[in-house]
Amino acid sequence: MEIELTPQQVQEQDIFRAFVSEEIAPYADQYDQDECTPDEVIKKLAEIGYLGAIIPKEHGGQGMDAITFGLLCEEIGRGSASLLSLLTVHGMVCQAILKWGSASQKASWLPKLATGEAIGAFGLTEPNIGSDAKNVESTALYSNNSYVLTGEKKWISFGQLANLFLIIAQCDGKPSAFLVERNTPGFSTAPITGLLGFRSAMLAKVHLNKCQVPEENLVGKVGFGFSHVAGAALDHGRYCVGWGCLGLAQACLNACLSYTSERKQFGSFLKGHQLIQQMIAEMITNIKAARLLCYHAGYLKDKGDPSLIMETSIAKYFASRMVSKVADDAVQIHGANGCSSDYPVQRYLRDAKIMEIIEGSTQMQQIIIAKSGYHSFALEKRKARQKEKT
Amino acid sequence: MTTDEILEKTKSFLAQFINVNVADDEELFASGLVNSLFAMQLVLFIEKEFSIKVENEDLDYDNFRTLNAIVGFIEKKI
Ligand SMILES: Cc1cc2nc3c(=O)[nH]c(=O)nc-3n(C[C@H](O)[C@H](O)[C@H](O)COP(=O)(O)OP(=O)(O)OC[C@H]3O[C@@H](n4cnc5c(N)ncnc54)[C@H](O)[C@@H]3O)c2cc1C
Repeated sequence: MEIELTPQQVQEQDIFRAFVSEEIAPYADQYDQDECTPDEVIKKLAEIGYLGAIIPKEHGGQGMDAITFGLLCEEIGRGSASLLSLLTVHGMVCQAILKWGSASQKASWLPKLATGEAIGAFGLTEPNIGSDAKNVESTALYSNNSYVLTGEKKWISFGQLANLFLIIAQCDGKPSAFLVERNTPGFSTAPITGLLGFRSAMLAKVHLNKCQVPEENLVGKVGFGFSHVAGAALDHGRYCVGWGCLGLAQACLNACLSYTSERKQFGSFLKGHQLIQQMIAEMITNIKAARLLCYHAGYLKDKGDPSLIMETSIAKYFASRMVSKVADDAVQIHGANGCSSDYPVQRYLRDAKIMEIIEGSTQMQQIIIAKSGYHSFALEKRKARQKEKT
Repeated sequence: MTTDEILEKTKSFLAQFINVNVADDEELFASGLVNSLFAMQLVLFIEKEFSIKVENEDLDYDNFRTLNAIVGFIEKKI
C-alpha cells in the first residue's frame, strides 16, 4: 500500500497552485463583493485547459486522472469556492455526456466544453423540489421528433452565463435528461443575488417555457435521467466538492497560521495561547483526515471500482462538515477582524456552509452512509453464520 | 465464463446492497430495495467485473430489472 503522489502529479500540483495564487486568490474577495465572475477569469481557465480537465484528449481535453483532477479542485477551492463550482457544474455536464451521451452528442459538445466555447450548467433543483430530486416537476412532452420542456429550475450555478444546460424533467412521469441550449426559444434565466455564500457563482433561476429541443438532445434514455445521467453527474459533483472543501479548509488554516503569528494579546502572539493551538491542531488533523478520504475516493475512481460511489459520498460528507467547522474556527481565531471584509475568512465561512447543502446535503449523505453501514453489518453476520454451518 | 459464474458474482455484488435474499426474478428497482446510488454502482460493477462497457443504447430496464435480467445482459455483452 502506497499513499503518495507520482512525480507527475506533484508537478501538476505546483502548476495549479501557482495559477491559483496568481490569477484567482488575490481577486476572489472582489468577485465575491461584486457577485460576479468576470469573463476574463473563465477565459483564463479555458486557455490553460482546466475546463476540459476530465475530457479525454481525443475530444480535445486534458484527460486528467482522478487524483490530478482532485488536486486541481483542491487548489481552485483554496482560491475561490465560487469558481470551484464552475469547475463542478461544467464538469458534471461533461461527465454526463462522456458516460451517457450519444456519439453525436460527444462529437458536437465535448470539444466545445473542453475549450470553454460551451459552458455547462446543471439543472436539477426546482422551487418545490430539492433533496427529493427524482420527483422534479418540470415536464418534457414528446411530439414531432422533439421534446417540449416546461418548468422552472432554481439555484443553478453559473446559470447566468452558461450556454449549455443539462435539464432533468419528467417525460411520461419518468425522469429524463436533456441538453438545452441557451438560445432555445422559450428559454430564459434570471439572476439570483444576495446569497450567503458562493456569491460569485452567478446563480440563476431558469425558466423553460415550452422549449422545443430535437429528440437527439435526450441524454441516455427516457427514465434514466435521474438514476444514471444525473447519477453520474452527481458523483462527479460530490468528488469535486470533497476536494474543493480541502482547498477551502487549507485556505482557512493558512490564514490562521499567518494571523496568529502576527497578532499579540496578553503580551504574546496568539499562537502562544494553548486554546488557539487546540483549534489549529484540530484543523490540521481534520484536513489530513479529509485528504485521505479524497485520495481513497480518487484511487477507486481511477480503478473504476463500484465502491467509489459510496466512498466519494463519505469523502464529500466528511470534508464538507470538516470545512464548516474549520472556517467557523478561523473566524473565531481572527476575532472582529474575521468578521470584516478586510480579511477573507468571512468569505470562507459563508462558502463553507454552502458545501454542506450542495451535491446532496449533509442529511442526505448521513441517510445513505448509515444505511450502507447496516447493510455491511448484516452481510458480515450472514457470512459468519454461513461459515459456522460449513 | 459460465452463466452460473456470472450469477454467483452478481448475487454477491447485490448482497452488498440488499439485506434480504432476492429471488432471481424479483424486481430490484420497483420494490424500493435499493437507494439512488445503486444504479451507477451496478453499472460500475458490470463494467469492472466483466470488462464490458455499459453504453447509452444499453439503457433499457429489461437489462437491469432482475438478477436474471442482469445476468442475461452480461452474457449478451461478453
Ligand atoms: C450556492 C448553491 C448552488 C447550487 N447550485 C445548484 C446547481 O447548479 N444545480 C442544481 O440543480 N441545484 C443547485 N443547488 C441546489 C442544491 O442542490 C439544493 O439546495 C440541495 O439539493 C438541497 O435542496 P433544498 O435546498 O431544496 O433543501 P430541501 O430538500 O428542502 O431540504 C431542506 C433541509 O431538510 C433536510 N432534509 C430534506 N429531506 C430530509 C430527510 N428525508 N431527512 C432528513 N433531513 C432532510 C435537508 O438536508 C436540508 O437540510 C445549489 C444550491 C446552492 C445553495
